[in-house]
Amino acid sequence: MGHISLRQITKSFGDVDVIRPLDLEIRDGEFIVFVGPSGCGKSTLLRLIAGLEDVSSGTIEIDGRDATEVPPAKRGLAMVFQSYALYPHMSVRKNIAFPLKMAGLDKAEIERRVTDAARVLNLSDYLDRRPGQLSGGQRQRVAIGRAIVREPAAFLFDEPLSNLDAALRVNMRLEISELHNSLETTMIYVTHDQIEAMTMADRIVVLQAGRIEQVGTPLELYAQPRNLFVAGFIGSPKMNFIEGAEAKKHDAHTLGIRPEHMALSTTDGAWKGKVSVSEHLGSDTFLHVQTEGLGTLTARADGEFPVRHGDTVWLTPQTDKLHRFDAEGLALR
Amino acid sequence: MARSASSRRKLGMTLFAWAIGILIFFPVLWTVLTSFKTEAEAIASPPSFLLFDWTLENYVEVQERSNYFRHFWNSVVISLGSTVLGLVIAIPAAWSMAFVPAKRTKDVLMWMLSTKMLPPVGVLIPIYLIFRNLGLLDTVGGLVIVLMLINLPIIIWMLFTYFREIPGEILEAARMDGAGLKAEIIHVLTPMAVPGIASTMLLNIILAWNEAFWTLNLTAAKAAPLTAFIASYSSPEGLFYAKLSAASTMAIAPILILGWFSQKQLVRGLTFGAVK
Amino acid sequence: MATAHSRSAARLMISPAVLLLLGWMAIPLSMTIYFSFQRYNLLMPGTNEFIGFLNYRFFLTDPAFFAALINTLVLVGGVLVITIVGGVLLALLLDQPMWGQGIVRILVIAPFFVMPTVSALVWKNMFMNPVNGLFANIAKGLGLQPFDFLGQAPLASIILIVAWQWLPFATLILLTALQSLDSEQLEAAEMDGASPVRRFFHIMLPHLARAITVVVLIQTIFLLSVFAEILVTTNGGPGYATTNITYLVYAQSLLQFDVGGGSAGGVVAVILANIVAIFLMRMIGKNLDV
Repeated sequence: MGHISLRQITKSFGDVDVIRPLDLEIRDGEFIVFVGPSGCGKSTLLRLIAGLEDVSSGTIEIDGRDATEVPPAKRGLAMVFQSYALYPHMSVRKNIAFPLKMAGLDKAEIERRVTDAARVLNLSDYLDRRPGQLSGGQRQRVAIGRAIVREPAAFLFDEPLSNLDAALRVNMRLEISELHNSLETTMIYVTHDQIEAMTMADRIVVLQAGRIEQVGTPLELYAQPRNLFVAGFIGSPKMNFIEGAEAKKHDAHTLGIRPEHMALSTTDGAWKGKVSVSEHLGSDTFLHVQTEGLGTLTARADGEFPVRHGDTVWLTPQTDKLHRFDAEGLALR
Repeated sequence: MARSASSRRKLGMTLFAWAIGILIFFPVLWTVLTSFKTEAEAIASPPSFLLFDWTLENYVEVQERSNYFRHFWNSVVISLGSTVLGLVIAIPAAWSMAFVPAKRTKDVLMWMLSTKMLPPVGVLIPIYLIFRNLGLLDTVGGLVIVLMLINLPIIIWMLFTYFREIPGEILEAARMDGAGLKAEIIHVLTPMAVPGIASTMLLNIILAWNEAFWTLNLTAAKAAPLTAFIASYSSPEGLFYAKLSAASTMAIAPILILGWFSQKQLVRGLTFGAVK
Repeated sequence: MATAHSRSAARLMISPAVLLLLGWMAIPLSMTIYFSFQRYNLLMPGTNEFIGFLNYRFFLTDPAFFAALINTLVLVGGVLVITIVGGVLLALLLDQPMWGQGIVRILVIAPFFVMPTVSALVWKNMFMNPVNGLFANIAKGLGLQPFDFLGQAPLASIILIVAWQWLPFATLILLTALQSLDSEQLEAAEMDGASPVRRFFHIMLPHLARAITVVVLIQTIFLLSVFAEILVTTNGGPGYATTNITYLVYAQSLLQFDVGGGSAGGVVAVILANIVAIFLMRMIGKNLDV
């Protein structure tokens, strides 16, 4: 079980409103990702759910029970911290066993669960080491192990991969996804990295300045962003935004087109421009094009597209992939 | 070429540093040496450095004359007692300030430190009178309380700086793992802070052992620790160098040895956590 | 980290310390202030009466007060200068590559562990005594007239004794700070062609500023209250030559039993210490982030 409802919750530190009135239903078994730029309140929201901070107003329900006043120890949630927060004076075994010891389980049961978790996480050979003797990825696994042994109602992840190097991050992403598939427990995951959000989430919650900008599946957010912020935040490279006369032609204040939704040509097309930077990755080619009258646009081509700095190219947007926004930045449908 | 120049330089530095070190240490060394001389040799001119008849008679006499061990025991009880009592009060306070900082935490800390700036003479008379009325004059218990109070700000300050280095996330993790406040402090905070608590203890034992305003003014004979015991040797000037040296050696040896053995923790403690 | 629950726990856990320190400050201090307006002599019981600022007038116009004030400042200032300059030099020395660094450090640190009464007595009798002291012996050996340190230059002698006790403290803190200096910074400066002297003044000394602040702060707290060294060496004499404020108040109250006068002196000492404290707090506020 792991159904969490947030009802009109707010959080302010002094005069600063970190979370504005906010409602959210997190379904049992769902992998939900809070994403947003730093300072958007995503970590605070997670800590409110965890009980590490008090809400200023509103209620939090966990599995239908009002948990607003329940201390973190009693909420039945497990958390994986950005710094892993392992106990440095305890062995891996004791780290993983700690929550079970606190719960008062008997020794044999603790031993059984620790062994199971260690096997699942490939930690069996490291059980007697101290956290200080482990690599970043192994520490991460210990932190996850400490969380799963309790069989919590939900897992909370606070930017767990941001201290790992790029290759390891991809691996751990897969492992966490697999873990979710096998445990089928609710996971709430905070990140500032939209790629992590897109690849792992069942649903994404995009936050900005303490407000929910949009909630939806990754593809919904990609295809139908509700406003300029979501449109610019989801997708890599970023969506291009065009204002002025070209937007007017489509009855919009701002026109958005993703780099991958423009056809490239060296001979003809809708918008003419000069290549300022070209990035050739083999699988893709990214061009930064200085257009005439539309500013710099980023475009992506499949495979190799042989142009260089200074060459002239034409860009043709796929008209059914154009996003239109009004003066307030809201999407026009 | 460069190598021999640098090792010549190292040799020079070594000789120079050792000379300075011995010079600074010399008063202690000389006291220890003199304590093994007879009174006549102690004031002999020119003085002999090592070639004299080593004797232990001064130590025996000091113990017989002024009961060293009783004062030693008073010093142990006063310095340990005040430090442990201080820690019991300071650990919760430092936990509060380090992990639940409020707007006024910095002010409270500064205020605590400022109580250290209150010159003892400012409160000498009231404390003296209060102690007289409560029958605490010349008692070990009274001194334990006073020394605990004068060192409490330092204990809190030091623990605070140590605790602050422990990431709050680890304590939060303990809370998420189902630990209550007591379990959090006993199973997580204290084991992690052992080095800090140890060096806080050491420094405060040393400060209390050597404290010489309150111990001199609030004791007479019964509860006098070593500071007061040694002060009683100030009157018969010059005549009893060897015995003075023996008494001095016995007064400083325990803390000197403790200090040397725990040098590493102490260096950190000495800086009150303010310099890393 | 802060929930209403943890905040109330925090308040509860800090209150014993706060209440104790508050009591320790407020109760005796208000008694001192009260006594300072009384005629109150332990030798003349029953003659207590309110006499306004008379005690203050006597204390502040006593030539001994002015002498003690100057002596206190000279003592604190002198020891601070010696220990900081000496400490910086010693720290630089101990930071050099050498054999047996640990042992040298043990030798240098030793005076800190010596209790004030012992160091005062040892210095006074075994070194500074004009007849049998080691210095006198050496002087005689060289055919010179022995110098009566505590008779001829009493305050300077006490400064020397106290500075000897505090030099290790300054050295250790400055050495720790020096060792935390990023060696890349020094190498960069060397690459930029800075001479050793310039490197010291432009890189090391600014880096040590914080440590020096700590030394000044902590030593001043202890140096304002130097007492035992004076008690066992000179008893404040000859005349008032080595009487500092602390000793003056002690003498007035516990030697002359003049509680009223001593209390007035105590209040003055507190006010002076506060003036110094304000300066120091400003300094730490700037250099020490809490």
